[in-house]
Amino acid sequence: MTPAATIPVVVREVRPVTPLIRRFTLAREDGLPLPAFSAGAHVVVVMPGAARTLRNPYSLMGTSADLSTYDIAVRLSETSRGGSRFMHEAVAPGSKLAITPPVNLFPLDKLARRHLLLCGGVGITPVSAHVRELVHGGVPFEVHCGARSIEHATLALELRAIAPDAVAIHLDTPGPTMDVEAILAEQPLGTHLYVCGPGGMIENVIATARAAGWPESHIHWERFTAPPAGKPFEVTLSRSGKRITVPPEMSLLEAIEAAGVDAPFLCRGGACGQCETTVLALDGTLLHHDVYLSADQKAAGDRIMPCVSRADCRTLVLDR
Amino acid sequence: MTIAFKPDETYRDDFTFRNSPAAIRRFPFPFGEDVYRYAVNIEPHVRGGPTAAYDNLFDIDEHYIAECRERALVLAHDPKRCQALPHMMAAQWDTLELLMENLSTDYPEHFSLVRDGYAWHWTNRALGIEQHFVFGDAGTLPCEPLEYIGRQMQGDLTLQDQREDNLFMDAGMVTCQADWSLEFDLGMKFHEWHGPVPLAHEQGVFDRALKFLLNLQLGRPVRRLNWTMTINPRMDTSPEQYPQWGPDRTTITPENVGSRVHLRVELQSLFRLPRSNAILFGIRCYLISLEELATIPKWSRRLHRVLQTLPPELVEYKGLSRFRDTAIAWLAQRDDGAPTSVGTAPD
Repeated sequence: MTPAATIPVVVREVRPVTPLIRRFTLAREDGLPLPAFSAGAHVVVVMPGAARTLRNPYSLMGTSADLSTYDIAVRLSETSRGGSRFMHEAVAPGSKLAITPPVNLFPLDKLARRHLLLCGGVGITPVSAHVRELVHGGVPFEVHCGARSIEHATLALELRAIAPDAVAIHLDTPGPTMDVEAILAEQPLGTHLYVCGPGGMIENVIATARAAGWPESHIHWERFTAPPAGKPFEVTLSRSGKRITVPPEMSLLEAIEAAGVDAPFLCRGGACGQCETTVLALDGTLLHHDVYLSADQKAAGDRIMPCVSRADCRTLVLDR
Repeated sequence: MTIAFKPDETYRDDFTFRNSPAAIRRFPFPFGEDVYRYAVNIEPHVRGGPTAAYDNLFDIDEHYIAECRERALVLAHDPKRCQALPHMMAAQWDTLELLMENLSTDYPEHFSLVRDGYAWHWTNRALGIEQHFVFGDAGTLPCEPLEYIGRQMQGDLTLQDQREDNLFMDAGMVTCQADWSLEFDLGMKFHEWHGPVPLAHEQGVFDRALKFLLNLQLGRPVRRLNWTMTINPRMDTSPEQYPQWGPDRTTITPENVGSRVHLRVELQSLFRLPRSNAILFGIRCYLISLEELATIPKWSRRLHRVLQTLPPELVEYKGLSRFRDTAIAWLAQRDDGAPTSVGTAPD
């Protein structure tokens, strides 16, 4: 599948939420309603950066009850490759951007009889949509939000106002921090677990749940890996007959797009598998950073997820 | 353009269903080449294609009123042809919205939809239906949303919930199926309900298809064609009704094969639904007798050649064993060996 047609949007409002997070309210440029979506969905925001087009996925925070606008929250990344910095520094009310239609890689399980949602930092954004859906659903749920301190917990406080009995907030300062083992131990059998937050938190929650015997079908997470920087490398695109160089700060997918070659994508974070590309020839090592391919598939070296993965190589030929 | 409906046609008993010359020319003939080739053949479901049947995302034709009446007859006899598990209510509303939006936009002379927030006003002039209701409140419709809109559609609908990296057939309205049962398949996952299909599992077809569908995107539906052959223009060839139609397959003679054997084509479409994240599967069934088909010489030539190259497993699976040779002999008289043009469109 080629990339989805994007929707031109205009920024209606920019609000600081915490010292690091800003909330952006987006409306369609033509004034029509935005597409309906399900809780957990994200859009990819397309930003006209000075040097290159930037594309980052951001979760939608509201519900389909009001489709005149979408709300997203963007945390300024200390290691920003340009996207979050652009959103924080170059975007103001009236700015024009484009978004892809919503895609949901982090939905609620509709058969769950109880939901447990754990989030940390800006990982609260999809959970904001989940909670807004769950308060109407009649299925029991429990939310635990981790934040550095109270001034970083604005979105968590918002959620607690919506569902006071279901939302707990855990602050690193003054503490105590979230005790994942204790929270999981209290859950009745059949509970579905969802986690979104920093990589370390997700790994810890998944490992704790597995160790406690939670079935894989009841553990859900969303982790968008930012494409890591690396050494530059050269790639031959066999179908389009192009030879490109991937600079240190650019992902392989971005370099392919910059060369004018249409490539499929959905999440741009190594999670969905949509951009999977066949490796036709390789003299060197693939540096896999995705969570989509299995260990065996990564070891085979015959395919790569160009949205996050790179190569340390003399030759790399891709079927693209 | 106003469609000239043929409201009195029947799909049972006296079988008065016929295709007009215009309906024949718009038939979605499925074979693009002179040999049979198994393919997943999924393509974007965009407006426009080899015949007018592809002009809209949901096709309405001259058989609309008669087919809706046939669906009502099937449901009256067997209400379990429409079922939805409780967690599929959001997907039901997504479906109703998608269908009402498309029908009212594409066929404004027959359907209209006026929305004031959640207060909706639906008019179906072809069937003489007018309904005020509240979107999202099933109590304001005479039945659940999937059944409500399904009764006003040509073709079957199933709804697939997406979870556990799989698709589950958790709702549907299925009255014109080619020998499969919603009652049997309800709640099954993707590989389970495709269990009976021969050859394709071994080729990894369903692994690839599932992977593709799990990433199906909003606003980017896809379609494929499927086909079999049916004796008489009978829509309801369900397992539940097998005693009614199974024996027909033993009654084909060189004299009646042209009028009684029908090519049955399903234009299958798949849509990601927005609020539920479910997938809508539309199965729009078209029937054409061999005699009608032979008015397009390219199609009867090609069908003759395709039937000759069909693997035995598929002859058996599609239920053609008892009459394929008779059909081939009839078509052979209409195949002069001339080359056929590329693609499926009529010459």
